Amino acid sequence: MKKVLMGNHAASWAVKLADVKMIAAYPITPQTQIVEELSEMCGSGELKAKFLKVESEHSAMASCIAASSAGVRAFTATSANGLALMHELLHWASGARLPLVMVNVNRAMAPGWNIWADQSDSLSQRDTGWLQLYVEDNQEVLDTVLQAYYIAEKVNLPVMVCYDAFFLSHTYEAVDIPEKQAVQDWLPPHARENILNTKDPRAFNGLVMPDVYMEMRYKLQQAHEEAVAVVKEAGESFAKAFDRSYSTIETVYCDDAETVLVTSSSTTSPARLVVEALREKGMKIGLMKVRLFRPFPVDDICQVLSGKKKVVVIDRNISFGKGGIFADEIRGAIANDPQAPIIFGYITGLGGRDITPELVEDIVMEAEKNERPERLALWKGLKS
Amino acid sequence: MRMKASEELITSGHLACQGCGGTMVMRHALRALGDNTVVVIPACCWTIIAGQFPYSSLRVPILHTAFETAGAAASGVRAALDIQGKEDTNVLAFAGDGGTFDIGLQSLSGAAERNEDIIYICYDNEAYMNTGIQRSSATPEMAWTTTTPSTRPKSGPKKNMIQILAAHKAPYCATANVAWPEDLTNKVKKAMTIRGTKFIHVLSPCPPGWKISSEYSIEVARLATHCNVFPIYEVYDGERYHINIQPKNIPVTEYLKAQGRFRHLTDEEIEHIQKRVDYEWKILLQREMTDSYHMNMPA
Ligand SMILES: Cc1ncc(C[n+]2csc(CCOP(=O)(O)OP(=O)(O)O)c2C)c(N)n1
Ligand code: SF4
Ligand SMILES: [Mg+2]
Repeated sequence: MKKVLMGNHAASWAVKLADVKMIAAYPITPQTQIVEELSEMCGSGELKAKFLKVESEHSAMASCIAASSAGVRAFTATSANGLALMHELLHWASGARLPLVMVNVNRAMAPGWNIWADQSDSLSQRDTGWLQLYVEDNQEVLDTVLQAYYIAEKVNLPVMVCYDAFFLSHTYEAVDIPEKQAVQDWLPPHARENILNTKDPRAFNGLVMPDVYMEMRYKLQQAHEEAVAVVKEAGESFAKAFDRSYSTIETVYCDDAETVLVTSSSTTSPARLVVEALREKGMKIGLMKVRLFRPFPVDDICQVLSGKKKVVVIDRNISFGKGGIFADEIRGAIANDPQAPIIFGYITGLGGRDITPELVEDIVMEAEKNERPERLALWKGLKS
Repeated sequence: MRMKASEELITSGHLACQGCGGTMVMRHALRALGDNTVVVIPACCWTIIAGQFPYSSLRVPILHTAFETAGAAASGVRAALDIQGKEDTNVLAFAGDGGTFDIGLQSLSGAAERNEDIIYICYDNEAYMNTGIQRSSATPEMAWTTTTPSTRPKSGPKKNMIQILAAHKAPYCATANVAWPEDLTNKVKKAMTIRGTKFIHVLSPCPPGWKISSEYSIEVARLATHCNVFPIYEVYDGERYHINIQPKNIPVTEYLKAQGRFRHLTDEEIEHIQKRVDYEWKILLQREMTDSYHMNMPA
């Protein structure tokens, strides 16, 4: 069934199809329609789930952690300040190895108040142990939320699905909604038991001494490393069932490219146009969209980028004092490769400023002109 | 209520200090609740008392949770159990005064406002004991703690949590004292028969924090009630008050002199505390009176 949906409602539909049993959420622009729609779905009875209208995002995450521990599929969604408020609990969710799924609509952090697209909110949560996927369009929103449950429940780790404020959250696109039965056939039923079992009482998340803590952390890292393959497997089996395939990264014209443009989220769409146009003009350029950010798909990325002349990364985010975060991650991933390319890291589009095809082309041509970047963090689109 | 050690839901070998009131509260509460109970514990002394991984000193499941989240985490457990048809399982949030009066107040308020079907017990030892006796908003006026030295003791009165919960119209609020275990277990039993958020605030002596010798733990706690410092009462639906234990109206100085944390007090300061205690007690009596006034109103 095809429907014209805003990105946020595409997320709600996925939650319904995944037969989530517990939702807890708090309003924040531009996420709010996800949970408004879910309230309607719960109200009408088409989704049989408990919906906790908690008093903060902090309590949303705390109650999702508890519900997931008690053995049910749980969901929450947030943005920016709401996500930041959850920070401590993000560590709890991954440390407790819970298969939670959360949507984060990427929005700029205050101050000043800005509700528009910017990835700095979720990228600031990079080290909390959550898987992070960044998606490009509304179809991918729906498909990825479904896959997130598949992945989370295989690796026992929480998954965050991130997409850009307004460019996706509030923009209507045609979305193919899978049949409920088809989803049930593809997504294994929630297999986690209620660990808070009164017949087999145990204590969870309690005191852990130095003699075991490190091993627990090692296992968490191992699970992340294994998750790369699980993300691919989820994408492949999803393709078999629904005819749309996904992976850790997506490449366009990369095989013979000398320069590779790297993007994520909705920035990928104007980049596709630019790469297409430049190819027509004879430039050997390719495009790599990074979909999986945590775990960082190091091998997949290095395989594409090794031996290229130049890599141009566009970041709608910043780690202050260093630069764009995707650029930095790629530098770190490829550092030991003797055939590592020169990496140009561009910061642009912060706080929802448009990243137009013209701007993308401007970035590519500037990088093309220069032998090496003048500095680690290059800026484009700044007003003088 | 006598029980064989093998029937207790708390085991020997837990990690509490001798004479720990908070440990007695858990023991008495679980006697009433039974083994069909899930316990949610935020950061507090009970994080330690419950034992280190992979051990547990309770024979019921424990979900340890972040310091400020007892109300929300208990709500999440409740939701998940309900949707699995386990409405009969008790969900007990068990938090210290810091986790209740201070950092956890917001999530408790949220749970109480939604009237989640949980029992929330605050074992109140009147300071952050786990981190080494720092003041909380439950610390009594003029008490010594490591952040309120005797040169500048705690200023302002103890926050009235029961009033805050009563203002939420929680169906059942009560105070209790480990010195009256029967009263405590009866209140927990009563709470089990009421749907919605039940809040029980239990005075829980802490020998190292109060600077008392562990064998006096219960005696000092009993004095708190007999001196009207910690009255024992219930509030139904946030409105109807009922005092359960008639105090002996012993001068407050008896209670204060028994504890090292009040050693620095001058006679004037004790006089000031006595006045406040008398005033609060009078208000409580009035509230109870208003209640009977309501009850006697013609329908
Ligand atoms: C967010 C956060 N801040 C601070 C702490 C440190 N901390 C752990 S327990 C505790 C005090 C607990 O006091 P209370 O709730 O009264 O319980 P008690 O230790 O007295 O039993 C503090 C400050 C923490 N765990 N989490
Ligand atoms: S410090 Fe006090 S509250 Fe904590 S275990 Fe010891 S006696 Fe109990
Ligand atoms: Mg305390």
